[in-house]
Amino acid sequence: MSTVATPAPVPKRRRRRTKLQRRQTRLGWLLLVPALAVVAFVAIYPLGKSVYQSFTNQEFLAGLEPTKWVGLDNYRTLWHDTIFRDTVVLTIKFTAITVSFEFVLGLIIALVVNSSFKGRGVMRAVMLVPWAIPTVVAAKMWQWMLDDTYGVINDMGVRTHILSHPHAWLSEPATQLAAVSAVDIWKTTPFVALLLLAGLQVIPNDLYEAASVDGANKLQQFWRITLPLLRPAILVALIFRTLDALRVFDVFSVFFGNRLGAQSMAVYAQGTIVQDGHVGYGATVCVAIFLIISLFVVIYVTFMRVTEE
Amino acid sequence: MSTAETTAGAVRPSSRAVRLRRSPVGRLFTKLPFWLLILVIIIYALFPFYWALRSAFTPDPELFSTPIQYFPSHPTWKHFDDALSSSFFRHALLNSTIVAGAVTLISLAIGSVAAYALGRFRFRGRSFVLYLMLSMTIFPQIAILGALYTMFSGFHIVWFLHFPKLYDTLWALIFSYLIFTLPFTIWVLTSFMRALPADLEEAAYVDGATPLQVFWKVLLPLIAPGLVTTGLLAFIAAWNEYLYAVSFIQSPGHYTVPVAIVSFVGKTSAFQIPWGTWMAATVIVTLPLIAATLILQRRILAGLTAGAVKG
Repeated sequence: MSTVATPAPVPKRRRRRTKLQRRQTRLGWLLLVPALAVVAFVAIYPLGKSVYQSFTNQEFLAGLEPTKWVGLDNYRTLWHDTIFRDTVVLTIKFTAITVSFEFVLGLIIALVVNSSFKGRGVMRAVMLVPWAIPTVVAAKMWQWMLDDTYGVINDMGVRTHILSHPHAWLSEPATQLAAVSAVDIWKTTPFVALLLLAGLQVIPNDLYEAASVDGANKLQQFWRITLPLLRPAILVALIFRTLDALRVFDVFSVFFGNRLGAQSMAVYAQGTIVQDGHVGYGATVCVAIFLIISLFVVIYVTFMRVTEE
Repeated sequence: MSTAETTAGAVRPSSRAVRLRRSPVGRLFTKLPFWLLILVIIIYALFPFYWALRSAFTPDPELFSTPIQYFPSHPTWKHFDDALSSSFFRHALLNSTIVAGAVTLISLAIGSVAAYALGRFRFRGRSFVLYLMLSMTIFPQIAILGALYTMFSGFHIVWFLHFPKLYDTLWALIFSYLIFTLPFTIWVLTSFMRALPADLEEAAYVDGATPLQVFWKVLLPLIAPGLVTTGLLAFIAAWNEYLYAVSFIQSPGHYTVPVAIVSFVGKTSAFQIPWGTWMAATVIVTLPLIAATLILQRRILAGLTAGAVKG
C-alpha cells in the first residue's frame, strides 16, 4: 500500500513537502479551534477573572455595596485569617496521611497482584470497584459504617476488643481526621496500585532472573531493581495523588459540612463564595489555594529534575 | 568477574529451597500467606459495598438494633421501593444522565477532532498545546469557582453578545464539567491516534480522500475502542462530580445524583435518619457504574494508564 506513494523525483518532492507542511499547519490549528475556544472560555478566562476578583470587594448579591478595587486588602485579611490557616494545616495533614498510606498499601497490593496467579484478572476487576464509586457515595457508606451506635466499625472493634468502647468517630476532634482519611485511602489505594502495577509490568523479567543467578535475595532485588525502575510510575502516582488530596472537597463536605476546625481548604473557599456570598474574598482564598498547589508541583518537578541527574 | 564462582555458590542453597517449595507441604506453606493477603485485599476493597447492600436489604427494626447482624435475616425490597418512588431521586438520576451524557458527547466530538490534529499532523506549537492540555488535567477546579459562579449569573461578553444566565440550570454543569473532561479526552485520544500506522492514511490520500474524509472514514473507526474508554471515563467523572453541582444548582428538581444522595431525606420518619433508604440509593447509583467498569475493565485500565503514566 505504502509503496504507491514513495516514487517521486527528489526536488519536486521537497517542494511539495513544504507546501504540505504549510497546509498541515493551517489545518492543524483549524482543527484545534473548538478545543482551544472551550479551554479558553471554561478555564483560562475564569482563572483570569478569579485573580481580578481577588483584588475587589465583590459580593454575590450585588446592590449591597458597589464592587470596587480594594488592592491588596483581601490578601492582608487572608494573611491574618486564622480559620484559613487552620484549613491549610488540616489539608496538608490530610494529604500527608492519605498519600503515604495509599502509596505503601498500593505498592504492596501491586507487588502481590503482579506475581502471576490464577484469578489475577478478577483481582484487578475487584480493585476497580472502589475507584468507580462516586466519592460522595463512598463517604455516605463510610459515614454509616462509622455510625456511633449502629456502625459496623464500632461493633467489630468492640467485639474483637480492639476498642474499649464505641467512638463517635466523626464528632470527636481526635478521630475526625482519621475518619476522612480512611474513606480517601479506601477509595484511591486501588487506583494507586493499578498505576504502580502498570509500571511493574514494564520491568523485564530477565533482570530478576539475572539477579537471582548472581545470588541476590528477594529483598535486594526489590531495593536494587524494582524500586529504581519503578521510580517514574511512583513519581507520577505521588504527584497525581498529592494534587488531588490538596483540593479535597467531597469527603470533608459530606462528613462535616462547614463545621469549624474540620474544613479543608476547598470547603472553606466554597463556603465563603456560595454560602456567604463573598465572591471577592473567596476568590482570594481560591488564588491562595492555587498558589499552594502550584508550589507542590514546583517542588515535585525540581525533585524529579534533581534525582534524574 | 568470577561468575563461575558466584553461580556455583548460589545454585546449591536455592535448589534445596526449590525442592522444599515443590513438596506439597512446602507449597501450601509458602502459598498460604499469599492467598491470605489476597483475601484480605478483596475483603478490604469490597466490604463497604457489601455493607451498603446488606443495610439496603435489612428492614428498619433490625437495622436500628444492637447487636448488629452481619446478614439480613428478613431481607426486604422496601428501601429500594422508597428510594425509587421518590420523584426527587428519579429526577436526579435523569439529570445526571443528561449532564454526564451531554458532557461525554461534546468532549468526544471536540476532543477527537483536536486529537486528530495533535496526533497525526506535524506543526509548530503542537507540543505547546499538548502541554497546555496536560496542565489542564491537574487544574484545581476550586480555583475558578467564584469566577464561574458570577459568570453564570449572566454577563456581556462584548456589547452585542450576552452570556445567558445559566445559574441553577443543567447547562451550567455541562459547561463547567468540560474543564476536566475535555483536556483529559484530548490527551488520551491523542495517544490512541499516534499509535495508528501511517500506511492506511497514506493509501486513502493516494485514492484522493480529503483530510476530513480520512478522519471520518479511516481514523475514527480505528480508534473506536479509545472512544469507548475515554467516553466511559469522562462519563464517570461527570457522574461523580460534586463541588460544582452543589454550588451551581439550587432547586431540588435540578439536583444531580451526588447532591441528591447527600440531601436525601426518605419518608421513613423525621427522627430516624433513613440509612436503609440511603444505602439503597447508593446501591442503585453505583451498580451501573460497577457493571460498566467490570465489563470494560481492560479498556479502562489502558485508558487510565495512558492518561497518567505517559504524563
